Amino acid sequence: MSDWVEACAAGDIDEEDVMRFDHAGRTFAIYRSPDDEYFATDGLCTHEKVHLADGLVMDDIIECPKHNGRFNYKTGDARGAPVCVNLKTYPVKVDAGKVLIQVG
Amino acid sequence: MAGMVIIGAGECGGRAALALRDLGYDGPVTLVGDEPHLPYERPPLSKEAMTAEAPAIKAIASDDLFAERSIRHIHSVRAVAIDRAAHRVHLSDGSSLAYDKLLLATGSVPRQLPMPGLGGRCVYLRTFNDALAIRSHLSAGNRVAVIGGGFIGLELAASARKLGATVTVIEAQPRILMRGVTAEIAEIIHKAHEAEGVAIRTGQGLAAIADEGKEVGITLAGGQRIVADLAVIGIGAVPMTALAAEAGLAIDNGIAVDEHLRAADPDIFAAGDCCSFPLAIYGGRRVRLEAWRNAQEQGALAARNMLGADEAHAAVPWFWSDQYGLTLQIAGLSDEGKSVVRRDLDDGAFILFHLAEDGRLVAASGIGPGNAVARDIRLAEMLIAKRASPAPEALGSQAVKLKSLLAA
Repeated sequence: MSDWVEACAAGDIDEEDVMRFDHAGRTFAIYRSPDDEYFATDGLCTHEKVHLADGLVMDDIIECPKHNGRFNYKTGDARGAPVCVNLKTYPVKVDAGKVLIQVG
Repeated sequence: MAGMVIIGAGECGGRAALALRDLGYDGPVTLVGDEPHLPYERPPLSKEAMTAEAPAIKAIASDDLFAERSIRHIHSVRAVAIDRAAHRVHLSDGSSLAYDKLLLATGSVPRQLPMPGLGGRCVYLRTFNDALAIRSHLSAGNRVAVIGGGFIGLELAASARKLGATVTVIEAQPRILMRGVTAEIAEIIHKAHEAEGVAIRTGQGLAAIADEGKEVGITLAGGQRIVADLAVIGIGAVPMTALAAEAGLAIDNGIAVDEHLRAADPDIFAAGDCCSFPLAIYGGRRVRLEAWRNAQEQGALAARNMLGADEAHAAVPWFWSDQYGLTLQIAGLSDEGKSVVRRDLDDGAFILFHLAEDGRLVAASGIGPGNAVARDIRLAEMLIAKRASPAPEALGSQAVKLKSLLAA
């Protein structure tokens, strides 16, 4: 599994923020944490398939813009109603100022 | 141990039952509902349940989860009386249940028109079965009259247009969405409906409405007659309080509870649409909310307090509506505001910040395509909860991140 794809430049995302990334018919959400690390998850909320990139990042939580379902974007763990299914996460690395994710 | 009994198996009751187990309570939990279904989400009933090819119930959790958690669900049964002295609730099938703590999550029902005997072509929407009945009349070319320009009526109007029906909305007030939505935002929704071909008649009371067998005949107060294949009536909701009232509990626009959601009996709680409660962020103003998130939050809070937490309700009211590609979100109660600051976002979206006389942010209403306003409304909600008084020029400038105001 070496299917790393370039998602964006490291500076494209503010700290404690999220960006949408579409690739090969799939959609992902790329996060930059307050302590300047990068993470990636599936792009759609497991509750009603809403794009999480329109949501709010607070610390290590992404909150769905539609119904406030919460996930830890570092682990994908669902954090309470209305979401009960975890988010899939993907490995991320930063190389020469580019954010790469392993879409697997 | 008698255990916990929850009357009402909607969003609120269902969330309360699950929360009791999440909190580690291992006594009996019984959920009593008058519908045949396990708790399900009602917001889709005016939207996806109308327009999806195969409408399906969106359960708040699977049957298996309720079984795994040992939550006993008694369905298709109503509670008919509470014997407070004996700590027992009597059900419509003749049985009764003992309780240690009782939660009333009885919800609300559609407000009825005063005209009696409307007939089968005049319908209300509350349950999944109501939604199926309405849907069976919505098809291309059918004429639908929506009585009431509130959220349910307007969302149904949008769904009916999507299915190709001809739609007329009749609203007695001078404009749609008089309750809780500012004129500026109501105007945008009004125009979106007109652009989609909906006829909106505001300022027109009903003189008469009757199912005439093959169609519904409607006469407006001004004498104009409208004929439709179906009339959907969405003129508000009334809280289900009869059970509590007959048990001698205080009623004040809903079952009156304190900030801990406790009714006038230390072992009885009420939550969700059926109750009125003091809202701390507005100086204890007593409100009743008909909102999905409130039902969730109060269900969970009631569960904590039934187990002795003594926690006060502190959430900021939050509401949303989807019509066509537009989403409206409101945090707080806009009628608490005395002045408004507008913040324009991309794609025509905007947010109105409602400020009290002393400059405190008390509400925010936003509208725009998709989820354009969601993030800023969420941040506004946090500012409201903090009782912040951000500078109006900062609120009004898209260049200033709302998140930066939270830290201030």
